[in-house]
Amino acid sequence: MAKLKELAAQKERFVGGHRACAGCGASIIARQVLMAAENPVVVGASTGCLEVFSTIYPYSAWNVPYIHNAFENVAATMAGVEAAYRALKKKGKIKKDLRFIAFGGDGGTYDIGIQALSGMIERRHRVLYVCYNNEAYMNTGIQRSSATPRGAHTTTSPAGKVIPGKLQFRKNLTEIVIAHEPAYAAQATLGYWNDLVTKVRKALDAEGPSFLNISAPCRLGWAYAPEKTVKVSKMAVESCIWPLYEYQDGKYRITIKPKEKKPITEFLKMQGRFAHLFKWKDDVPIKEFQEEVDFIWNRLLKRSEAL
Amino acid sequence: MIVARTGNEAMAEAMRQINPDVVAAYPITPATEIVQLFAKFVNDGLVDTEFVPVESEHSACSACCGASASGARVMTSTASQGLALMHEILFIAAGLRLPITICLVNRSLSSPINIHCDHSDTMASRDAGWLQIYTENAQEAYDTTIQLVKMAEQALLPGIVSTDAFIISHGMERVELIDDKEVPKFLGERKVNYSLLDVDNPITLGPLDLQDYFFEHKRSEIDAMDNVLPIIEKVQKEFGDKFGRYYPIVDEYKLDDAEVAILVMGSTGGTAKVAVERMREKGKKVGLIRARVYRPFPKDAMTKALSKVKVIGVMDRSDTMSTLGGHLYNDARSILYKSDNQPLMKNYIYGLGGRDISIEEIEAIYEQLFDIQKSGEVDKDVVYFGVRGE
Repeated sequence: MAKLKELAAQKERFVGGHRACAGCGASIIARQVLMAAENPVVVGASTGCLEVFSTIYPYSAWNVPYIHNAFENVAATMAGVEAAYRALKKKGKIKKDLRFIAFGGDGGTYDIGIQALSGMIERRHRVLYVCYNNEAYMNTGIQRSSATPRGAHTTTSPAGKVIPGKLQFRKNLTEIVIAHEPAYAAQATLGYWNDLVTKVRKALDAEGPSFLNISAPCRLGWAYAPEKTVKVSKMAVESCIWPLYEYQDGKYRITIKPKEKKPITEFLKMQGRFAHLFKWKDDVPIKEFQEEVDFIWNRLLKRSEAL
Repeated sequence: MIVARTGNEAMAEAMRQINPDVVAAYPITPATEIVQLFAKFVNDGLVDTEFVPVESEHSACSACCGASASGARVMTSTASQGLALMHEILFIAAGLRLPITICLVNRSLSSPINIHCDHSDTMASRDAGWLQIYTENAQEAYDTTIQLVKMAEQALLPGIVSTDAFIISHGMERVELIDDKEVPKFLGERKVNYSLLDVDNPITLGPLDLQDYFFEHKRSEIDAMDNVLPIIEKVQKEFGDKFGRYYPIVDEYKLDDAEVAILVMGSTGGTAKVAVERMREKGKKVGLIRARVYRPFPKDAMTKALSKVKVIGVMDRSDTMSTLGGHLYNDARSILYKSDNQPLMKNYIYGLGGRDISIEEIEAIYEQLFDIQKSGEVDKDVVYFGVRGE
């Protein structure tokens, strides 16, 4: 378990002064992930919010080696970095023990980058892939992704007069990754920082590919006041919309179990992107969303109890 | 050592001797063999390379970028659709100034789908900021693969060395191999100024670059291309001095006293040299220019070569789909705009999708060029040679 005092005493690897929105979840995640790393790290980022706000030339928020290549290929790029590391280490040209972290948003991970991610894990590159999941294409102005929850308003799934936002459920990417049998996979969120830091350490210690799907509240796209980021993040967990769990060696473990499972309306009402659902002609969209959340949560409970 | 090798085998042998740190590749006809043979070298312990058998060419090029940015010597191989899938990343590799060498087999781009030779794949990538060298035979492909690694690393530019699908890639030829020990000696270690793996001196590579700096950075990339020809010449000369095989930037054949000449690329250069011999036996003064280095375009050497004759037939194995004819033709015409000596010029688009070109057909083209010389006029600037209904 990480101690806050120790973490705070570390040299910052992801520094302030960047151009993230006030209350940005992704920037908090980048900082927490790098704080957790105990070895020197090399970082890659896919095109997206994090890349844009952290590196406008000639400025960089990264105090660690960093590469941005394109939108869909951070997993392949970091696979190449890790392969070069193995090659040069074998030849004695690199002495230190390094770790490799790829950051991608849900667009770069769930959608356009899923092929490269699948390839990276299948080939067993020892890279930690972090999806900072803000549940839409926020960098280009809030368009739907396959991580966008059902009912959410985005600019390409707008809350209309006859269609109440996005019609489809979220893709369960964490389970898709688990089907690859990675060395470690987990869901985390910034509101539970200690859980997140612990998971980053486990992932970096695991000898093989690892994956963290980290819920990253976006005050702009989710439409809430910037000071509410941590509260929204915690409510996602308490309502079981974003279960915190891990998978390693064939075993599921729920790492934070809410004392009292809150109805999803507690989470939905905090955010403007769901406001239209409360004014909708019937309660079908909210009911179906709740059913989806219950189904996934109950299945997760069974899986974690079964082992 | 003199051996019999196909173009693919010769390129794979070169890769084995180069022994790159990282090869990330995806198989595609007709370059599959290069990747297969190399995988066997890896699994037989003949190279130290980390072989990354990626899930697509897009990831191949992406992984090569990551590895090259980490200071590794990096190679890959592809063709046609594979190069097209890499297209986005080609520009990024060049913009980030990452040396990477692609052993490429020229195959037509779909549609219609086809696996045979034309140059549409590399021509579609000609503006990506990569060096491009087209070879005439397996020997040249082997030699150039070794040379290009050195050129790319010295210029900090990625490069493509290509052979013609099946004609070279699968044709068995006499190839003279360099001693295994000599290739690493010729190349030396890759010198690296900045590496992602240097955690004590962290760099940020690939930042967002807007109106205030993008242009300067792009200009410096263009500068690198402007200044790379002397590096190419130097490496070619070093190679020749060491191994006895010298290569030019622009290959001139029997050009000095020629009245008419054709300008070609790739394996057709070899076919055309035989046609030149036959025509010369009949007392006809014909010559040949073969564009070996295509990117950067060797303006001075090419202008000099083109200016030696009165009529030029430019043979393009690709079309620009602009109604202006082939790529080489447009480049050749463009550089002659300010030349005092402007030969008459006709464009022959030929061989698309692997349509064969024979010695006799090239002789027929020479005869047409003599007719143009006689009449002093080009009846039609661009013709499609060897296609039905033309």
